[in-house]
Amino acid sequence: MSDSMINASLRQLSAALAEKKISSVELTTLFLDRIAQLNPSLNAFIATDREKSLAQARAADAAPQPCGALHGIPLAHKDIFCTEGWRTSCGSKMLENFIAPYDATVVEKFKAAGMVTLGKLNMDEFAMGSSNETSYFGAVKNPWDVSRVPGGSSGGSAAAISARLAPAATGTDTGGSIRQPAALCGLTGLKPTYGVVSRYGMIAFASSLDQAGPMAKSAEDCALLLNAMAGFDPRDSTSLERPAEDYARDLNQPLAGLRIGLPGEFFGAGMDDDVRATVEVALDEYRKLGAVTVDISLPNSGLSVPAYYVIAPAEASSNLSRFDGVRYGYRAPEYGDLNDMYAKTRAQGFGAEVKRRILIGTYVLSHGYYDAYYLKAQKIRRLIAVDFSDAFKKCDVIMGPASPSVAFAFGAKSADPVQMYLSDIYTISTNLAGLPGMSIPCGFGNNNMPVGLQIIGNWFDEARMLNVAHQYQQMTDWHTQMPEGMR
Amino acid sequence: MSLNSQDVSRIARLARVELSAAENAATCDQLNAILGFIAQLQAVDTDGIEPMAHAVDVVQRLRPDVVSETDRRDAFQAVAPDVEAGLYLVPRVIE
Repeated sequence: MSDSMINASLRQLSAALAEKKISSVELTTLFLDRIAQLNPSLNAFIATDREKSLAQARAADAAPQPCGALHGIPLAHKDIFCTEGWRTSCGSKMLENFIAPYDATVVEKFKAAGMVTLGKLNMDEFAMGSSNETSYFGAVKNPWDVSRVPGGSSGGSAAAISARLAPAATGTDTGGSIRQPAALCGLTGLKPTYGVVSRYGMIAFASSLDQAGPMAKSAEDCALLLNAMAGFDPRDSTSLERPAEDYARDLNQPLAGLRIGLPGEFFGAGMDDDVRATVEVALDEYRKLGAVTVDISLPNSGLSVPAYYVIAPAEASSNLSRFDGVRYGYRAPEYGDLNDMYAKTRAQGFGAEVKRRILIGTYVLSHGYYDAYYLKAQKIRRLIAVDFSDAFKKCDVIMGPASPSVAFAFGAKSADPVQMYLSDIYTISTNLAGLPGMSIPCGFGNNNMPVGLQIIGNWFDEARMLNVAHQYQQMTDWHTQMPEGMR
Repeated sequence: MSLNSQDVSRIARLARVELSAAENAATCDQLNAILGFIAQLQAVDTDGIEPMAHAVDVVQRLRPDVVSETDRRDAFQAVAPDVEAGLYLVPRVIE
């Protein structure tokens, strides 16, 4: 029973709940028990509250039938989402004692759908990192090999699903923070088009790039989760007013004639051989499904990482100015005047990578440098976006690796910020362009570590991407595999 | 061009982040490595290119100028480091 439940799809869980084969309380207890048993070795969850979760589950069990597709199913939230009554730390000492007084829109929507909150998930501090090593609460371990990183910044989300501590989780993606950990932990993650999911109550990192999305075992699960997450929100000034969609509507469409664009820039030097070989086999599977591959070019994609490391820190330095020890969060115990209180509070409350990005951002926005850095990067951002719109004249989706390597060992890149930044070399360009991107598991590389295939869609083409991923997952079973040590 | 320790002190002051002398030296090297990395942007010809602030070009929405939030001052101040009588307390700024 429990083995089938921890590996079940959301549709299967929903059916089991509707048929009363299991109650939400039993299902929630099953996952809470797994968290209690396995989390100490993974550090994926940084907060659980059995009573709160079970109260939600009891309410779900008591609700009159029929219920929605996600009703009674537990999920966990990345600790970047304000969750009323829960500690919401964003992985930082700065917010170690912050109990959110309200719900993020995403949290509110999942509550309204009847989902049960299992807890809060570890992450790189303020979502700044690609390995989860910057969390104030300690790094998350990769369930496939606990000596390796889970990726970041949604590393807790990825590890939790991979180890079957939760059937689904929320993530956020500013430069690859859903797709890269999904790839490194062997699961399915989707970053929607910018503006599709509300940013309200999601602690801001780089506002023009941040986007929340679902992380789960399969594309079908992600489609159901996105149905609940997406939608216009007047409380987010960049939320888009669009008609509601059923993102699962095209899952079963055949792929015959699908044009897959392969950017030369994503298959050049810099990608490890094991990742390349695994991705090539996945592309052959797509050809068997009737898709055709087309060579395309994204000539400015090499500029995406440097452009990102102007734009994201600039926006972060502005957003993180709110953490000043006055209205919420940490305040230094000893200080002199007001400026000294700010400076000591921020020196003690932020970790090294966060401070580094605040300083870079402050510099590139400072008097006399704005045009040379921020404005220049925004122009290059336009060039990158135009490359994509040109490419989508020749293809329906774009594919490539999600990460240049499989999960690396702890400490392998943490001493060199620029090397760490390059972990996101294949994911950052879609954030700059605002495009939707996803990663699906497509096999295993060196040391039996998971490899992710990235699927990039045209703006607002999430339903097609989910179809493309789902059809592959009907042919393969990579997405159903779980790490041996986590049984 | 690269930053020296005085530049780093100035940036840290603007950012309201205290840095010790040892941190200043290490930060200076790291910031210069990052700035060296992003310097490649300068070589790109961007004449006539419109800067892109947001991924999807939409016009900022306006809303009617009416009260839309309820008063939750107590709940919001419950998470503050130091409050009194509904006010946030900070070190004295006017002598």
